[in-house]
Amino acid sequence: MFIFAVVIMPPIYDVFCEITGFNGTSGRVDTEQEYAVKEDRKVDVSFFAMTMGGFPVQFNPKIKSMEVVPGKFYTTSYIAKNNTDQVVIGQAVPSVAPTDAALHFKKLECFCFNRQVFQPNEELEMTLRFVVEPELDERIQDISLSYNFFKLDK
Amino acid sequence: MTTATASHDDHHHGPEKGLMRWVKTTNHKDIGTLYLWFAFSMLLIGGALAMGIRMELLQPGLQLMDPHFFNQLTTMHGLIMVFGAIMPAFVGLGNWLIPMMVGAPDMALPRMNNWSFWILPFAGGILLSTFFMEGGAPAFGWTFYAPLSTTFAPDSTDFFIFAVHLLGFSSIMGAINIIATVLNMRAPDMKLMDMPLFVWTWLITSFLLIGAMPVLAGAVTMMLTDRNFGTSFFDAAGGGDPVMFQHIFWFFGHPEVYIMILPAFGVVSHIIPTFARKPLFGYSSMVYATASIAFLSYIVWAHHMFLTGMPVAGELYFMYATMLIAVPTGVKVFNWISTMWRGSMTFETPMLWAISFVFLFTIGGFSGLMLGIAPADIQYHDTYFVVAHFHYVLVTGALWSIIAATFYWLPKWTGRMYNEGLAKVHFWWAVISVNVLFFPQHFLGLAGMPRRIPDYSLQFADFNMISSIGGFAFGASFILFTYIIVDCIRNGKPTTSRPWEGAKGLEWTLAPKADYHSFNKPPSRKLIEAESQHS
Repeated sequence: MFIFAVVIMPPIYDVFCEITGFNGTSGRVDTEQEYAVKEDRKVDVSFFAMTMGGFPVQFNPKIKSMEVVPGKFYTTSYIAKNNTDQVVIGQAVPSVAPTDAALHFKKLECFCFNRQVFQPNEELEMTLRFVVEPELDERIQDISLSYNFFKLDK
Repeated sequence: MTTATASHDDHHHGPEKGLMRWVKTTNHKDIGTLYLWFAFSMLLIGGALAMGIRMELLQPGLQLMDPHFFNQLTTMHGLIMVFGAIMPAFVGLGNWLIPMMVGAPDMALPRMNNWSFWILPFAGGILLSTFFMEGGAPAFGWTFYAPLSTTFAPDSTDFFIFAVHLLGFSSIMGAINIIATVLNMRAPDMKLMDMPLFVWTWLITSFLLIGAMPVLAGAVTMMLTDRNFGTSFFDAAGGGDPVMFQHIFWFFGHPEVYIMILPAFGVVSHIIPTFARKPLFGYSSMVYATASIAFLSYIVWAHHMFLTGMPVAGELYFMYATMLIAVPTGVKVFNWISTMWRGSMTFETPMLWAISFVFLFTIGGFSGLMLGIAPADIQYHDTYFVVAHFHYVLVTGALWSIIAATFYWLPKWTGRMYNEGLAKVHFWWAVISVNVLFFPQHFLGLAGMPRRIPDYSLQFADFNMISSIGGFAFGASFILFTYIIVDCIRNGKPTTSRPWEGAKGLEWTLAPKADYHSFNKPPSRKLIEAESQHS
């Protein structure tokens, strides 16, 4: 059970989150694939930004929310400004709520895929391209996407 | 028997003299005694910490301590009571009683038994020493959620991790020992379904311990590497997930709560038939209910985490699975009540504790059902309602059964009778004060008072003062308890080998004070049948 807890449980947990969207884990698509789009359905996507204590970068979504049609790709961006005279390295960790929407929220391009390097006093516009899949439960009308930036040492 | 073996027996017959008897002992009765005294001293220490908590909460505002120290008190109170008091007390009862109940001369692995006890004082010492370290003791709650226990924890957390590892080793060795004893050392003529319920519940608890404790060891090991070796199991920045800590912790934590209550069910299933003078109602259903509870305890852990964000399907599953546990638990409660039904009941002290166990534990069970309702839990989560709930199941549940067991088997342990009048005074004192202490906490929780806070809004002041006064009275009742036990050991009247008229069980066939070595010859089938709990 010890080996189960340390060696087996963490990777299984990751895979489980990816498959089920558990804990707000959103997915990834590699190409701009075609979806069956229903033009009359609209979903509100709200964008949130947070930073972990001690992360010296101002971090905000460029727009607070947008109305999207499931199946279509959209682009938006987040603005980050490094307020220090030093190079700051950070990693953004995304989370999608409600959990049942996470599985159908797919990102084609995201600044969270890699660590970000902020030069001293630099302002960066970081893009995000995503799609909400049409398989999204009919009852869900609002989705929140939030990022939390963590500081990395190297 | 030849002269050679007889003199050999003589040589090993009595205990050694002096202090080294207790250090070197491999005798299950000695080790049981050590466990019980260790658990009792930890109970007093944990209780003293609780007195500090209740003193600070007597009035709104910060009077006695800064919030950081308050957090240390709540954390250490929980850890010491769970790992230092309740669990070792049950292992102590198991050590004393299981060999006598299954007709075995000793535990199967006596040297390991000695080791598993002597780890405990060191683990407890390490845990308590963190109070005197820079940055203070762990202050992140007994559930030590990451990242509070990793990124933001004091340096003493590494000592806490080591102590938890040691406690885990000790528990696992105790569990292995009990399984080996029950399965290999049982009297040859005793079938599994002849075993008394305390043995059954401990056997099942042992499997829970072996399944759950290594998971706890895994969780604290991951904490250790996260803190010191740069891994990111629970650190989102490195690709880990703090919520995973909660899953792993509660995968241990939920079986753990049944580890602390199943042996209590066993104890009560001995006491109620004795003083109702009837065989236990539904013996086999009791065994199956215990096994079902043990199985279910592994598949309901996320009901502690309804607010971490879960798909609706997950919330529904964990809610219904949790509700399901009420079925086998209900079977037990109704069996106890049916055992009392039309019995020739008398109300000696152990029976008073056992009946109040059934009543008060059921209240704790019901508030647990309320907490298990996922939509309602949004309101109850992390409030004093939770505190009231788990104190009803752990204090008036687990601790109540330990005290009941102490009074019930004390004559067998010491050969002397305790002072019945004083013991009854102690019972009524404790049972009234414990309700004054914990019942108002239900109301505080429903009104929205959060747990783990040293200060609160003014509307909670009255109930908190009632609760604190009950707390001081309950704490003081343990002074009387200590006196009754010591008085019994020193001045108690000698008793007979079966001091309770209706008591059944192999242990009551032994001398009034059980000999240092018992059942050198296994009991006969006839005796086992005569002493069986079920007719």
